[in-house]
Amino acid sequence: MKNKQIKIALKNCGKIDPERIKDYIAVDGYKALGSCLSEKMPGDVIDIIKSSGLRGRGGGGFPTGKKWEIASKFDADQKYVICNADEGDPGAFMDRSILEGDPHSVIEAMTICGYATGATEGYVYIRAEYPLAIKRLLIAIGQAKEVGLLGKNILNSGFDFEIGLKYGAGAFVCGEETALIASMEGKRGNPVNKPPYPVECGYKGKPSNVNNVETFANIPKIINKGASWFSSIGTEGSKGTKVFALAGKVKNVGLVEVPMGTTLRELIFDIGGGIVNGKKFKAAQTGGPSGGCLTEKHLDTRIDYESLKACGSMMGSGGMIVMDEDDCMVAIAEFYLGFTVEESCGKCVPCREGNYVLHEILKKITHGEGTLEDLDKLKNISEVVKATSLCGLGQTSPNPVLSTLSNFYDEYYDHVVNKKCAAKKCRSLLTYSIIEENCIGCLQCKRVCPADAISGELKEKHVIDPEACIKCGACVSKCKFNAIVVE
Amino acid sequence: MSCGEHNFREKLTEICREFNNDPNELISILHKAQGEFGFLPQKVQETIANIIKIPSSRIYGVVTFYSYFTMEPKGKYPISICTGTACYVKGAEKVLEAFEEKLNIKNGQTTSDGKFSMSSLRCVGACGLAPVVMVGDKIYGSVNADQVEKILSEYD
Ligand SMILES: Cc1cc2nc3c(=O)[nH]c(=O)nc-3n(C[C@H](O)[C@H](O)[C@H](O)COP(=O)(O)O)c2cc1C
Ligand code: SF4
Ligand code: SF4
Ligand code: FES
Repeated sequence: MKNKQIKIALKNCGKIDPERIKDYIAVDGYKALGSCLSEKMPGDVIDIIKSSGLRGRGGGGFPTGKKWEIASKFDADQKYVICNADEGDPGAFMDRSILEGDPHSVIEAMTICGYATGATEGYVYIRAEYPLAIKRLLIAIGQAKEVGLLGKNILNSGFDFEIGLKYGAGAFVCGEETALIASMEGKRGNPVNKPPYPVECGYKGKPSNVNNVETFANIPKIINKGASWFSSIGTEGSKGTKVFALAGKVKNVGLVEVPMGTTLRELIFDIGGGIVNGKKFKAAQTGGPSGGCLTEKHLDTRIDYESLKACGSMMGSGGMIVMDEDDCMVAIAEFYLGFTVEESCGKCVPCREGNYVLHEILKKITHGEGTLEDLDKLKNISEVVKATSLCGLGQTSPNPVLSTLSNFYDEYYDHVVNKKCAAKKCRSLLTYSIIEENCIGCLQCKRVCPADAISGELKEKHVIDPEACIKCGACVSKCKFNAIVVE
Repeated sequence: MSCGEHNFREKLTEICREFNNDPNELISILHKAQGEFGFLPQKVQETIANIIKIPSSRIYGVVTFYSYFTMEPKGKYPISICTGTACYVKGAEKVLEAFEEKLNIKNGQTTSDGKFSMSSLRCVGACGLAPVVMVGDKIYGSVNADQVEKILSEYD
């Protein structure tokens, strides 16, 4: 089962002591850097990465070699390499595991990138919520410097490279590269229009090549084993592997690394072991708050950049939240939009106001006050927000709405027309009642009801007044006779 | 703030100097200052502004933009409840409500005795353990509403 996995980015995680550089060197660590500095011209390095077909693992999927090539072409007195370790998708932890388990691979890759693009300074922008990853990175940087693998005149090649850390402070939008750069400069994380892209005008106005942690973690292996080895794995347009963070209602939660082109079914059922408690699979969200949900009919889709887009979702950074029959898709959309409203930087109107309105409508629906007209509004506003927002956050934030609307329209319909939530998640839509035959009149439920909604004397049948009931659920857990039903 | 006016300015001067009084390093400076004082009240912001020579409005803008920074003191035992997607799907909302009920405060507030404060955060990267709650640096995994009382009792 597990043999469907191929470990490239995670190759060393859990196998070496991340706090000992010797361990990393013993598994071919810094060999790629050595060979680049001694045998290859920067252009050769770029060619290898280009022909490997590696694409960015941070979400966008931009070809990495091409980005490096563009960065290398700009003439500037100073260029930068930036590693995006902001990992903002709530429910994803791939980058954290790489930084904690194999920090040297990222340091080695950033140095190679510096050599290839002509940069002598690098920064890792890392979220403050990851103290262990920060600690391990600092140790690794210190060790690499000590043995001359970082700093001045690396391996006597004449090439200098330094790496420093910059800390995030809890803002999702700072994962967007222009916001990230603003944040690195000590400012509010407001994105700016692109172009110019950071490769042209980035940190301190200088060309800056931004790549994701996992993207970097692939680099040393590609240099060591060759571009054609890497490009032999995966699908036509998506080469290599992808790390996913399986979470939610799946049995084996955790990180998996599979070749591009693995199906959702293999991922969730073979590797993930299926759904917990024998429940039924309902959906999997990829791409976090920017993505969409995949359903039963997508189970045999081969996962790569293009096919996920075609399904109305996206690859994203690798978060995969599995949901079962007990999850309400309207509530899920509401959850994601609540996240977006909190995290929108507020700079542009469509995102700031549009997402707010979307969230309000979704709230209305989950509270039983939605109408069919609201469903049309959701769709229209979503499209406007997507088309007119300034940055990637607003351009993708309505995706969870659109994708649940298209895949689970019946569920929305049920909420607005029948005022029912089949998953029993939307509290306002539930009704509590007592089955006469089962009730022995023990008073337990009546005592616990905070709303005085239950009437009945000892040893008599009890009744719930639906008008008074605030749907707190307290009575259900108190009743030992299964007499209270929720519908 | 218990320390005297003088000490407090001295400490901030020291922190800023560590970062070359460079406004580009503002976020690092604020992280350090918050680590030192626990929160970033107006006085701390104004002092930093004065030392690194930028308008204090810029610092206020940054402090209020990032959720990691706070202008209110936290409780002795800060409770953070993860409301990231994995934790949400596994029932974080109920856990949050249970804490609110047991502590008789709302999320974002501090108990009147200053012992506990509550906040939610989005994913601590331990999604395999969802729902996740942190009290200080200690992580609790697979928390359900019934365990809330027991967790709190550890801090009596
Ligand atoms: C709202 C938003 C959040 C993002 N968050 C992240 C993130 O947490 N980590 C990341 O690597 N890229 C993130 N990105 C993508 C980056 O902007 C950028 O494309 C990426 O870091 C480039 O690296 P890659 O080409 O190696 O993927 C985000 C983009 C947007 C629009
Ligand atoms: S789309 Fe949203 S996050 Fe992006 S710039 Fe506009 S308001 Fe800010
Ligand atoms: S759900 Fe709550 S309010 Fe309604 S009857 Fe039961 S205990 Fe009372
Ligand atoms: S969503 Fe809670 S730890 Fe990731």
